[in-house]
Amino acid sequence: MMNHTLNAAAAAIPLHRSRSARAGYRATVRAWVTPFNVWAVVIIAAGLPITYARFTQGLASVTNLTDASPWGLWIGFDVLCGVALAAGGFVMASAVHLFGLHDYKPLVRPAILTGFLGYFFVVIGLMYDLGRPWRLPYPLFYSPGVTSVMFEVALCVALYLTVQFIEFCPAVFEWLGWRSARQWAVRLTIGASAFGVILSTLHQSALGALFLIAPGKVHPLWYSPHIPILFFISAVAAGMSMVIVESTLSHRAFPVQTAGHDITEMDRLVLGLGKAAAVVLMTYFALKCLALAHGRHWHLLLTPYGAWWLVEMLGFVLLPCVMFTTAVRKSRAGWARWAAVVTVCGIVLNRLNVSIITYRWNAPDRYVPNWREIIISLMIVTLGLLSFRWIVTRMAVLRDDLSDAALLRPPTRFSDGAMTS
Amino acid sequence: MSVNRRDFMRMAAVGLAGAAPAAEARADADSRISDAWMGMLTDLTLCVGCRKCEWACRDANQLPEPKPIDAYDDKTILEQRRRPDALNLTVVNQYDASAGGGSSAYVKSQCMHCFEPACASACLVGAYRKTAQGPVVYDTSACIGCRYCLVACPFEMPAYTYNSAMQPVVKKCMLCFERIIEGKTPACASICPVEAITFGKRSELLQLARKKIESDPQRYVDHVYGEHEAGGTCWLYIAGRPFEELGFPSNVDTTPYAERTAQFLSTVPFIQTIWPAVLMGAYAFSQRRETLAH
Repeated sequence: MMNHTLNAAAAAIPLHRSRSARAGYRATVRAWVTPFNVWAVVIIAAGLPITYARFTQGLASVTNLTDASPWGLWIGFDVLCGVALAAGGFVMASAVHLFGLHDYKPLVRPAILTGFLGYFFVVIGLMYDLGRPWRLPYPLFYSPGVTSVMFEVALCVALYLTVQFIEFCPAVFEWLGWRSARQWAVRLTIGASAFGVILSTLHQSALGALFLIAPGKVHPLWYSPHIPILFFISAVAAGMSMVIVESTLSHRAFPVQTAGHDITEMDRLVLGLGKAAAVVLMTYFALKCLALAHGRHWHLLLTPYGAWWLVEMLGFVLLPCVMFTTAVRKSRAGWARWAAVVTVCGIVLNRLNVSIITYRWNAPDRYVPNWREIIISLMIVTLGLLSFRWIVTRMAVLRDDLSDAALLRPPTRFSDGAMTS
Repeated sequence: MSVNRRDFMRMAAVGLAGAAPAAEARADADSRISDAWMGMLTDLTLCVGCRKCEWACRDANQLPEPKPIDAYDDKTILEQRRRPDALNLTVVNQYDASAGGGSSAYVKSQCMHCFEPACASACLVGAYRKTAQGPVVYDTSACIGCRYCLVACPFEMPAYTYNSAMQPVVKKCMLCFERIIEGKTPACASICPVEAITFGKRSELLQLARKKIESDPQRYVDHVYGEHEAGGTCWLYIAGRPFEELGFPSNVDTTPYAERTAQFLSTVPFIQTIWPAVLMGAYAFSQRRETLAH
């Protein structure tokens, strides 16, 4: 369906008034009207007036944020979930480039693109949430507050966004046909991958560490001195699962781009990732139990919040772990794909539990997001998907890595044979 | 950020053993307490809930939408439970007589001016400062509006002007810092008709609080709120009822909240040091394996 969009754009340029051209135009417009495109138009049309209100009348006009609940959906979902789900970039880059698991190379570029766009739109979401977004560079360049965990997050995210851009540069330069620039960018791969792992370790854990200072506010079942490592480990599981989910969806959405992929080979990679994800989820589950024991909170399991904790731990950590294991044992890639979906949902649930659902759990006045906040969050996700589509239909992300010989060709644009179905 | 040998040793201890040398940290915190710090002592057994302090605060801070002092005679608002907000940096709440008898109690709340403020440690642009005089002050010029200070404060005191699009700011009591350096008394303490709020040196106020409790143990519970809470605060309270009955958070740490995140931040150098070595080792290993395979 993406290719039809491109054809529409290409066909729209020479608009002859002949009957056949008009019929062709109508056909391309009809082809453009896909469920996702309609969704995208509707959600952006809804989001723009809210954006206008946010930046002309302040946060109070569109959010339910209060002095008692200063962080809402835009931090809990857009930032915390966005960063965790974008962890696939550093996981795949380190697996292939540092640990030498070259089989997984076809998954690296989509993972890095997902990671880069994930972080980019985290920053966009942050721009909505910050009181004065135009001061975003202040922590780094004007008045650094080095005692703050938030400072570490800001520094690492800024650096990691740059690193991921560098890691994605080869694909951009191939698209532009800049061969020597590509050579330079490729040489940075190993260093960028290693730096990416360091930065990700620091800021994925720092996002959890933000809550260390609020022990009285996060529910004791979710508050733990171990919360930094819990956030980091769960982000690794989330990143692996997102790579599986993203590759599965890409195969459906971009059949032309993924035409060169061997289905059985992809299934094998999914199972390999599933095996790793099962180990990571088991580690995470064990650490969560350790945190529970360490805090001596067993009795809280009998409370309503304890039941909710068990739902998260059994239904969204242990269950996908068992699903991954079974999938690997029975060589069922389909099960691993569903396990990945459950894991992704579980990480989203965990981040929302820490930042919103159990935050000030014992207070009478609780935060519930305004529908306008939800629209903006959905709009940001949609913009991320649109950007992903725009890039993968142009650059060599999903399709096989181009060899140097192939780079001699002019940049792939609308006229490229691979783009038209 | 300079790192002295002691800090480095602490980082080493945290990084290698994963444990915090808490005793040493406490000793450090005590040595950082300044005798020059000013503070307040609120005697809740004297407060009659007249809300004059609310008016004086709003007037002294020139907050928007001022109301005449008579408007504060309205006591129906005491039926609600309020917290300080962007228009009222201090509020008075009423707590009805407990089951054990006695009369209603009134509690004035505002920023506690911690010794080691969680808000200041949480601020990624250093907009908060613990002044040499004791007040914790906030400067709008660098604030980006992340509101982490609101999350960090264990007393939930800072407020934010969510309705401002271009110049949103944090609002909180600054202990009338500008009046203090002019040698004046903070507005709430100077207007209080029953002298429930005493302004003075924090160390002397603590002595006064203890003396009051000792001289009339029937009247007071034996607890000076703020002596140890959050590692110590410049604002102290004494009361006739347990503080958890009066809306004070009872689960407050006695160590500074900043320590909880400082421990995490001290592990950063270790990740920066160990990860590159591990990753490059793995890379060298995988390269060698490939060379041997060919």
